[in-house]
Amino acid sequence: MILATLLMALRELRRNTLRSLLTMLGIVIGVSAVIALVNIGEGATARVKADIGKLGDNLLIVRPGAGRRSMSFTPAPPFKLADAEAIGREVSGVSEVAPTAGSQQLVVWGNQNRQTTIMGVNNAYLDVRGYALDQGRRFAASELSAGGAACLLGATVKNTLFGQRDALGQSLRVGKISCLVVGVLVAKGESGIGQDQDDMVLMPLRTVQRRLLGTNDVSTVFLSARKDRSTQSVGQQTEALLRQRRGIQPGQESDFSVRDMQEVADTMSQATGTLTALLGAIAAVSLLVGGIGIMNIMLVNVTERTREIGVRLAIGALASDVLFQFLLEAVVLSAFGGVLGIGLGLGLSWSVTRALDVPFLIQPPILLLAFGFSAAVGVLFGFLPARKAASLNPIEALRHE
Amino acid sequence: MTEPALSPSVSSTPAVVEFRQLCKVYGMGDAEVRALDGVDLRIERGQFVAIMGASGSGKSTAMNVIGCLDTPSSGDYLFSGVSVGGLDPDQRARLRRHYIGFIFQGFNLLAKTSAIENVELPLVYRRVPKRERTERARIALESVGLGARLRHAPSELSGGQQQRVAIARALVTEPALLLADEPTGNLDSTTKREIMQLLIRLNTERGISIAMVTHEPDMAEYAGRVIQFRDGRVLSEGTPA
Repeated sequence: MILATLLMALRELRRNTLRSLLTMLGIVIGVSAVIALVNIGEGATARVKADIGKLGDNLLIVRPGAGRRSMSFTPAPPFKLADAEAIGREVSGVSEVAPTAGSQQLVVWGNQNRQTTIMGVNNAYLDVRGYALDQGRRFAASELSAGGAACLLGATVKNTLFGQRDALGQSLRVGKISCLVVGVLVAKGESGIGQDQDDMVLMPLRTVQRRLLGTNDVSTVFLSARKDRSTQSVGQQTEALLRQRRGIQPGQESDFSVRDMQEVADTMSQATGTLTALLGAIAAVSLLVGGIGIMNIMLVNVTERTREIGVRLAIGALASDVLFQFLLEAVVLSAFGGVLGIGLGLGLSWSVTRALDVPFLIQPPILLLAFGFSAAVGVLFGFLPARKAASLNPIEALRHE
Repeated sequence: MTEPALSPSVSSTPAVVEFRQLCKVYGMGDAEVRALDGVDLRIERGQFVAIMGASGSGKSTAMNVIGCLDTPSSGDYLFSGVSVGGLDPDQRARLRRHYIGFIFQGFNLLAKTSAIENVELPLVYRRVPKRERTERARIALESVGLGARLRHAPSELSGGQQQRVAIARALVTEPALLLADEPTGNLDSTTKREIMQLLIRLNTERGISIAMVTHEPDMAEYAGRVIQFRDGRVLSEGTPA
């Protein structure tokens, strides 16, 4: 009986193929929107999390200037090396501290050159930011303390200047000084905001301060929190310490910023989550509209087929048989639309995730939910027309022209 | 599935159709129309009855009541001894499903659906399994001379052939009563004769009772008995003139 009714429903829908497809379109668009948005949203969140992880584990970044929070634009004094040392000494839960100073310089080797960022760092910087050595060694203690002319090349700089040739032991010109390549870093790729993290040269902090900048300033301090400590607590302690060292009165705004990358990651995934929920709500509205479309067409259907319903009732169909038949037609319509929508949504999100270079994650629960939802839309919006069909008076239905 | 409270042994004794002072009233108060006004009528098993009358005479209402599509306002209608007046729509649908076959003037076949599937339809509602359904539908179509056209859609069949499919659909449930509403109204004279001969054959060979509404006296002649309606009453009764 169910099978026979199902076949009948399918035949009915095939009879008006174009109309059936157009009716389904609302559901198709609604479901594909849900699938695509959820998939792209999840992919983007996963990508953001991975990218922030790539910046370094449990990373905090301390910079002079109030950052985005303040509208004031008074120049903030830079940090000194002593500030970084104080953080390492007094903030509990810090595992490593990497004070840095940066400078844009032209790097030249032979007839090759590149404008790049020179970062003055210590060896802890490699650990904090998660850089690994491809070749060579880290800075020697003597190089760090005396401001020796040694450098580690980021993969981009190495490839630009040397190509496939060996860079180790070669001498580069960085700005006005000559510098020995002691190591090459493993490529890290782009950061979350599309910045090439390998387009830089690392030198000892002291070398950059004295020989390139001519100051003792530290611009940015990178910290890593210990695995067992919360980055939040480390951030708060660091902020309190630096406020004290810089003589900032309570109630006054800090003239520096402590950014917790974990927090940034959370905020970003929260933002994408909110966006996904919002877009999901829009998609649900389009499902609703699709359902109303189905109801509309089913009502037209019932009117058109009044005579047929009369015949069915006359030859022995119960009201419930007719109800079931029309309900099933509506459900087949919407469920078929749901399947098409899932296919379309997956295709859409696949191409978008490919284009955006974010991971393509299929989530079976969402697919099932979308299918169940579209079938439910059929039941919900098919019920009224089906009940109208079932409640027809057979005599009047048979007389209907 | 509750089967109707009707068994062949019970239905063998009383008349297939029995009206007792049956009234059917439409509307209320001054607008009241007495479509049937105290009709007494019996159709015995195996009879072929033609029902005639002008439009508004009550013949259509009588057919609807006989077919259990409508219920009397007062009086009683016994179908094979079972009072139909007190049955709800589903109970009446089950009665139709098992004991009554319908033939319409306009054939009323499902479009774009093959002849055999059209004939199977009443069996679908009786929850007959697919294999048995197809077999019985094939036999019914063969018995009306359409054994070679099982897979044809109504649009590929002539009017007479379509009406034969409709007759096969009415027959496939082996009903006690066949109700035909102007069955030849849309057909040419040759085909009319063929259809009437088919009905006669079903009546005589299988003993199926037939009630046929017609306005054509020469069609009524095929029936063994003619009932004339006028103004909601039986005007005359007798064998065809």
